Amino acid sequence: MGGKLNYGWIALGVALAVYPFAFASPFFRDIGVSVLLAAISASAWNIVGGYAGQVSVGHSMFFGAGAYLPLLVYTHWGWPPVLGVPLGIAVSLVLAVVVGMPTFRLQGHYFSMATIAVAELIRLVVGTWDFVGAAIGLQGPAVGRGWWDLTFAGELPYYYIFLAVLFVVLVVTFQVQRSRAGYYMRAVKAGERAARSLGVPVRRTKLTALMLSATFTSVAGSLYSIKTGFVDPESGLGILVSVQMVIIAALGGAGTLSGPLIGALILIPLQTATNTWFGGGGSGLTYILYGGIIVLLARFEPGGLIELWRRVAPRRLRIRHAA
Amino acid sequence: MLLLQVIVGGLLLGAIYALFSSGLTLIWGMMNFINFAHGEFVMLGMYVALLVVTWLAGGPAAFGFAAAFALFVLGVAVYAGLIRHVMRGPMLAQILSTFGLALLLRYTAFFIFSANVVSLPPTALSGTIDAGGILVSLPQLVAGVTAALLTLAMHLLLTRTTVGSQLLAVAEDRSAAMLMGIRPDRMQALAWGLAAASAGIAGALMATSYPWSPSVGETFGLTAFVVVTLGGFGSVPGAMYAGLIVGLIQSLSAYYLGPIYKDVVVYGLFVALLWLRPQGLMGKA
Repeated sequence: MGGKLNYGWIALGVALAVYPFAFASPFFRDIGVSVLLAAISASAWNIVGGYAGQVSVGHSMFFGAGAYLPLLVYTHWGWPPVLGVPLGIAVSLVLAVVVGMPTFRLQGHYFSMATIAVAELIRLVVGTWDFVGAAIGLQGPAVGRGWWDLTFAGELPYYYIFLAVLFVVLVVTFQVQRSRAGYYMRAVKAGERAARSLGVPVRRTKLTALMLSATFTSVAGSLYSIKTGFVDPESGLGILVSVQMVIIAALGGAGTLSGPLIGALILIPLQTATNTWFGGGGSGLTYILYGGIIVLLARFEPGGLIELWRRVAPRRLRIRHAA
Repeated sequence: MLLLQVIVGGLLLGAIYALFSSGLTLIWGMMNFINFAHGEFVMLGMYVALLVVTWLAGGPAAFGFAAAFALFVLGVAVYAGLIRHVMRGPMLAQILSTFGLALLLRYTAFFIFSANVVSLPPTALSGTIDAGGILVSLPQLVAGVTAALLTLAMHLLLTRTTVGSQLLAVAEDRSAAMLMGIRPDRMQALAWGLAAASAGIAGALMATSYPWSPSVGETFGLTAFVVVTLGGFGSVPGAMYAGLIVGLIQSLSAYYLGPIYKDVVVYGLFVALLWLRPQGLMGKA
């Protein structure tokens, strides 16, 4: 990714734009929507986990905040769910500060441990708190009262809304990557002590990355709950929500712009396939597969598929990356 | 009297927390590495105990040793096959390696043993004793005391034996230890074996009095993080005190607030610790 857009991105953009018409059945459109949602949340994770190198294993707290608030304002006050999106972002930012402020003074492992502990804490509290639906969860409007409720009959409107959000997330990430903050993030990732000695504001850089990441993850959660019209502690705040973001970003290539999208394009169809082949009991096998993929990635290719491609692909096919 | 009983129960459970947390803190002290699969090691220890009791009709001593041995082997294998290759790599690889391992072990256990809650059939240790009005179940008492003794043994092993000195030497300075004729790789493999074995025995001990399912590993793993943070990373005596404190806090909050809040209070304590005293009670900042 130099300064100019290259042909790979244009081809990918065109492919994503025409996909719902090339594969018009509801099944394929649904997969398309899932891929886009997974790509949005993994790209959001990637800002702090990939670029800044602060590995969160509890991003479900931001996804959950984004997923709960729209349905919460609908359930209690009858507001259009969309109005809950900024509130979800606000809650996510508070959580980011609570987790990030103390742990970013310490070694990287503290942050990882704190994210998983706080995410689990929130899941337990939400699961017993009646105001937010406890274990049963919350529901959105069954029938939209107007266009502003964003309840569409088909997948198509959601597909293009998600695609637009993904575009925004990728553009912002691209800009951040080229900015001073982006260089700071990579410096922190490469070596905190060296970065500090060169005058990089380490703690502020990490916190900025986390807050930006939390914002986008929260938006992804809102998109999810507004589309499905339902959220419960497992689907909004479960550990597997966090796992999916990590694995998709790491599979494609953490710390690269296209990595999360590539990871989502591979993993979501794979997951749909295993669920279809193995039936209802297949979900357990899916997670065994997830665990296996994560272990193999860590052991053999922590840079993900992009790194592998750069090593094995013929020189003329290689994509040049700045990072 | 009931309160006193709650306190005794909390301390006995806390001794078991201390035992498996001492394994986690040992690994941290040796190589600055956090094992996200530690709770899953505890969970596997519980299933090893169950298998030994149901298939081999083994008694408490038999399944205790079996769990320790099986997990020791697993710990060494995990070190040799995975950790050794990622510990010098990027942070992402370090965290993903054991995080992925945790998922793999947890969901493989779901696949093999199903999500049902199981408990150990009554063993030779069943029964309750009455100590001046305080009722303590015999398996809980034996498990707690055994765990406390084993944690102490771990501390003595590290501080009073040659092997312990070698382990600490590697922790202190890997290259210097190598110059003294110590093989760091072997010592780190031993540390992983010991850590996993401590988790395995702790699991077997807990299996005698608490029902469980494959998902307990996550709870125990997080509990171990809290204990190790409270005690100070790398400190086995710290883990010992902190384990008892966390066990006590947990049973008191279950008593006063209700059982569903016991983990909430402990994780909340963790967040408070990170803000107020991240180096823990006995840790060096």
